[in-house]
Amino acid sequence: MTAVAASDLERTGTGPTINASRMERSERSFARKIVIPAFAVAIIVTQIPFLATIYYSFQNWDLARPEARSFAWFHNYAAVVTNGAFLPALLNTVVIVGSSVIVSLVLGLLLAMLLDRKFPGRAVARTLLITPFLVMPAASALIWKWSLLDANVGMINWAFGLVHIPPVAWNTDFPGMTVVFVLTWQYTPFMMLILLAGLQSQSGEMLEAAQVDGAGPLRIFRTMTLPHLRTYAELAILLGTVLMVQVFDPVNIMTGGAGHSKTLSYLLYERAFIGQQVGEAAAYGVVTVIVTIAVATVALRTLFRVFTEEGGGGR
Amino acid sequence: MFGNRWLSRALRSRPGFRRVGMRQTGRHRAALVAGVGAASLMLTVSGCAGFGNLGNQPGVTTITLASVNNPQMQDLATLLPEFEKAHPDIKVNVIMMEENDLRNATTKDVATRGGQYDVMTVGAYEVPMWGRNGWLTDLTAKAKADPSYDVDDFFKPVQQSVSYDNKIYAAPFYGESSFLMYRKDLFQKAGLTMPAHPTWQQVAQLAAKLKDPSQDRAGICLRGKPGWGEQFAPLTTVVNTFGGQWYNMSWDAQVNKPGFSNAVNFYVNTIKQSGERDPASFGFTECLNLFQQGRAAMWYDATSAAGTLETKGSPVAGKVGYVSAPVVKTKESGWLWTWNLAINSLSKHQQADWEFVKWATSKQYEQLVGQQLGWARVPPGTRQSLYANPQYQQASSAFAGLTAQTLRSVDPTHPGVDPQPWTGIQFVGIPEFQDVGNQTSQQIANTFSGGESVADALDKGQQIAQIAGDTQKREAGK
Repeated sequence: MTAVAASDLERTGTGPTINASRMERSERSFARKIVIPAFAVAIIVTQIPFLATIYYSFQNWDLARPEARSFAWFHNYAAVVTNGAFLPALLNTVVIVGSSVIVSLVLGLLLAMLLDRKFPGRAVARTLLITPFLVMPAASALIWKWSLLDANVGMINWAFGLVHIPPVAWNTDFPGMTVVFVLTWQYTPFMMLILLAGLQSQSGEMLEAAQVDGAGPLRIFRTMTLPHLRTYAELAILLGTVLMVQVFDPVNIMTGGAGHSKTLSYLLYERAFIGQQVGEAAAYGVVTVIVTIAVATVALRTLFRVFTEEGGGGR
Repeated sequence: MFGNRWLSRALRSRPGFRRVGMRQTGRHRAALVAGVGAASLMLTVSGCAGFGNLGNQPGVTTITLASVNNPQMQDLATLLPEFEKAHPDIKVNVIMMEENDLRNATTKDVATRGGQYDVMTVGAYEVPMWGRNGWLTDLTAKAKADPSYDVDDFFKPVQQSVSYDNKIYAAPFYGESSFLMYRKDLFQKAGLTMPAHPTWQQVAQLAAKLKDPSQDRAGICLRGKPGWGEQFAPLTTVVNTFGGQWYNMSWDAQVNKPGFSNAVNFYVNTIKQSGERDPASFGFTECLNLFQQGRAAMWYDATSAAGTLETKGSPVAGKVGYVSAPVVKTKESGWLWTWNLAINSLSKHQQADWEFVKWATSKQYEQLVGQQLGWARVPPGTRQSLYANPQYQQASSAFAGLTAQTLRSVDPTHPGVDPQPWTGIQFVGIPEFQDVGNQTSQQIANTFSGGESVADALDKGQQIAQIAGDTQKREAGK
């Protein structure tokens, strides 16, 4: 019945098509004009700092000798390539951020599934679970350093002691892993929130129908819930990666950049504020952006459905 | 200015508000809030007006002081009204900053000839470099002209640390060295004695005997956290006394040479055998915490730590002994750090600046702090006369004598076995040292876990250091 009604409407709508398309076109150009100011602000706010960074990256600018500023040609870029700090830092960043994203996504999914059920005290549990995301990054690094990972009085080593495992010097022996701990702890609630939104947008009727059709809970999860969650998970991964790549506080507070904990953002900080080479730091920044754009273009186009299917709708 | 007079009246009337106390009505509270709001507004306005000498009363000179935010400088800021009472024609604007921010802000200001700050707290690391560049005013004549200022009362090494080419470029405000702290009670229990002038080998043996994993106690705490001012402050003094150095007289890096590498091997092995458990995350604060909790039998660090260890309520107060920094091939191996007040050579009112600097680094200022805030809070480590003062001796008996002795005997111009082309003990007086020290210390931190050998770490350090050495060679050749 409804299908017939719809096609009826379509057929009757053929008359004023030309008129409608003209209206639509003027509406579109009007919409574009409205967007221009916001677009201009966006360009100014995001692109001018980037252009300034590119300019700095071609400057000889040493904060300790600020009187000797000059044009450096590609000297800073040559330094990025030759001093051998960039690739290890890139690798460290990929490992630290990659493992943090994966672990926090899995943990976030588990917690989201639990919170999706109705139980007394759910609101309290949800608030408690979100807390780590609300703690300031520097504070959470300090909590981990002093209360959890401390080699003498830390809770983790205390727990190890109960089962007769000798205490572990976390920051000395596993500097990269401690950063992953803090990041995972901090971002699991973030992943959980996005996935929980996904779970709650699932239609209950459909799940019930599947149940009636005889699908077990595992099968429902695998064939219905997971595919439904895919775009949510993609969004969580994307945003989580963007946020975590900026990690700085745990590295600075816990390991000081020792071992495999020196990420790109920490390397940049070191070049700019300890090495005091603004030009070189800017060159690192530009190279990082180029690498990120290259990776993001490939990854977003091929792996992420968010950008291929559902995007592009609307006008 | 109106704003300041109003503010000082508001501040003076503060106890009155407090007396109202619990009975404070809503109306009062609203008035208080409004008052605080107005006061902060005034503060902002007067702060802006003071900038660049605009809007001042005629005849009043405003000095802008960029200061590090350590406790001693905060005390100075609270005592400023005393200075302004004695010098009604000078007003001091203080801008407090955290150490690294201060370093960046002042470096930028003096190097670009901005002239934003008249007086600055400058560390021992920068004073000789900036003096050489002509960025600071030569204070030699002014300081010597006034006999009551008594410039020779400053410890000689402290005076050297603020001099370049025999000219004094800053007035010392605070000074510290390093020494070895140990738990007298634990030594007694173990039947061990600490020599008055221990060698590092003796210290390592003692540490091995005193460590006690069952009590969760390290034999010694030594900084391992990466950073030129963290790990390399104590480690460079060890390098000096082992006969190593960062650079020789012709700026060739010596980082993977025997003296340096013996010292680093010794340091790393001592930590591994009897040091703290997680060395890569242990700096000054962490060691202080560990030692204060009774989880370390010895600690080699700044003389300023003693004040915290001996304060009331500290679990180890009265149980700590102090001996000079351990040595190997040199007679002394303590470090030397000073915070100093220096005058920007571009400042337009040099005489007023000097009046303030003189006041803040005078014997009278020490008296003032002693009387108003307590003798334990007098900025230590600059004037010999302070250590002869019975009131100060009483307030700091456990460590004052040794601090003075160390500060008298260290040599910032020649701390190691071989001569060096810069002034400074635990650092190299070149702008690149922050970077060189930081990167090398990260390499060394990797060796604690055994992931990297000390030899490999120092080879990398050598490369890093030589780049900076080449810059020095180029500049010397110019």
